Amino acid sequence: METILTINNLNKKFGNIHAVNNLSFEIKKGNVYGILGPNGSGKSTTLGIILNVVNKTSGNFSWFDGNLSTHNALKKVGAIIERPNFYPYMTAVQNLELVCKIKGITFDKIEEKLKLVNLFQRKDSKFSTYSLGMKQRLAIASALLNDPEILILDEPTNGLDPQGIHEIREIIKTIAHNGTTILLASHLLDEVEKVCTHVVVIREGVKLYSGSVDEMIASYGLFELKVDGETSKLVELLSNFEGIGTVKIEDDKIIATLSKAINAKEINNYLFKNGVILSHLVKRKPSLEQQFLTLTNNKL
Amino acid sequence: MFRLLNIEIHKLKYSKASKVLIIIYFALLTSIALIAAIKFDIGPIKFHLAEQGIFNFPYIWHLNTFLASWFKFFLLLVIVSMMANEYSNKTLKQNLIDGLSKKEFILSKFYTVILFSLISTVFVFTVSLILGYIYSDFNEFSIVTTDLEYLIAFFVKLLGFFSFGLFLGILVKRSAFAVGAMFVWFIFESFVKGMLYWKIKPNAEDIMRVFPLEAMSNLIKEPFTRFSAVKSVAKQVGEDLSKDFSVQPLDILIVLLWTSAFIYFSFLLLKKRDL
Repeated sequence: METILTINNLNKKFGNIHAVNNLSFEIKKGNVYGILGPNGSGKSTTLGIILNVVNKTSGNFSWFDGNLSTHNALKKVGAIIERPNFYPYMTAVQNLELVCKIKGITFDKIEEKLKLVNLFQRKDSKFSTYSLGMKQRLAIASALLNDPEILILDEPTNGLDPQGIHEIREIIKTIAHNGTTILLASHLLDEVEKVCTHVVVIREGVKLYSGSVDEMIASYGLFELKVDGETSKLVELLSNFEGIGTVKIEDDKIIATLSKAINAKEINNYLFKNGVILSHLVKRKPSLEQQFLTLTNNKL
Repeated sequence: MFRLLNIEIHKLKYSKASKVLIIIYFALLTSIALIAAIKFDIGPIKFHLAEQGIFNFPYIWHLNTFLASWFKFFLLLVIVSMMANEYSNKTLKQNLIDGLSKKEFILSKFYTVILFSLISTVFVFTVSLILGYIYSDFNEFSIVTTDLEYLIAFFVKLLGFFSFGLFLGILVKRSAFAVGAMFVWFIFESFVKGMLYWKIKPNAEDIMRVFPLEAMSNLIKEPFTRFSAVKSVAKQVGEDLSKDFSVQPLDILIVLLWTSAFIYFSFLLLKKRDL
């Protein structure tokens, strides 16, 4: 598979703060990547470095196997970083024309992309009159102008209302379905879970995990149980059951994490035989969120 | 080069503030012609300034380039804001992400500065030529083409001045503060000048001419005392006005060196900064 971006031992220090610490990963064509990390974990800094706006301290990165200089490679990339940045006194079309001139492409696609993000009606309004959601959509249209090899999105739904978040997500899904490689930085996990095939987890600039989403959330799952009274007895019984790793009490529920495959019938049968009658029993796959929290908490 | 210029013009042509300032600037340049309209007609005293010989070739080149260079402040505002606004709108960041290199970014601004200086020079040349042919007592081709180096000096002066503005725009990132910084620098130069003339009189001029603003103002010396009418008055008073009014190649070199330094340091600043 074609490699789009390679990052090797990248470091960035802001004074005492080690914002990106020895980070390495690869982006392959056709996948949808999510960069996960809490606020201030170095996601945006990493994207800033590969996008030529932040200077690296050490290490290196190369676009398209290093065949192009960074600024020429960026002409084949579409990127949105944090806030949409356009000239407030220009209309949508004028702003997009400028982007075309910088990227060295013709104006042909402007209309098509404005329609894609649902801004065609407002194409001749000044950028300063747009709402945040519209600005963000214009940024996406701008990033798609050159039909990029890879689309980089940094917190694309930040600060939007539910309607706006939904719209942006739909657009991202459509783009992903068309086979465009996407790199999405976010701390909203369900967002990543819904669209990404691969994840890179970073905390305090250090890479904690990189691989496919499926692998990351692969586990035997967990049980959620409830009983009227007799909670301590239930915990004890569960702890003695072979195949149950940990048992903990969360609010009024008991969570039992599995260390091998057990189905709900087995556990129900076992508990019933030992005189515990459950009022609630659910088997769950852990969400990306739980896995993420486990990862980021464990390695302190 | 034309791609970069094209990008910059695209940014300028939709900006209302820049457009207004540019129009005012060129209107002011044309207004030099209005001096011709100055006429006093008080009974027996008839005075028409244009008829006094101030528009004579080749003196007109000196006078008009000197007067025109006062208006450069209008264009300075455009140049400083076209730089500083890229920071405040964060569009600089977006330009780089879209695939403009930092070098190309600086070059696109510098090419625009060259273009502005060039158009201004051509403009002043045309206005002076027309005024000269209307009012000058001498219209021989050889006289018309003497002292054209004042136009070169004018071009270099604008180039240096605008490059300084560009550099300050990048340095302080805010238009108003950048113009303020230019003013502060001017005060500083004046202060140094005052101290030098006070303390070490003989070499003061040689030291001062390497300062950027002083070097720029040395390019075209004030033309008024050169004017023959003034000279004759001064002679009666007994003052010696034998002064060299010509454009010094060394001054041109100094300003060109400053220009390259400003552009190079702008590039270094941009390269070093994280956006």
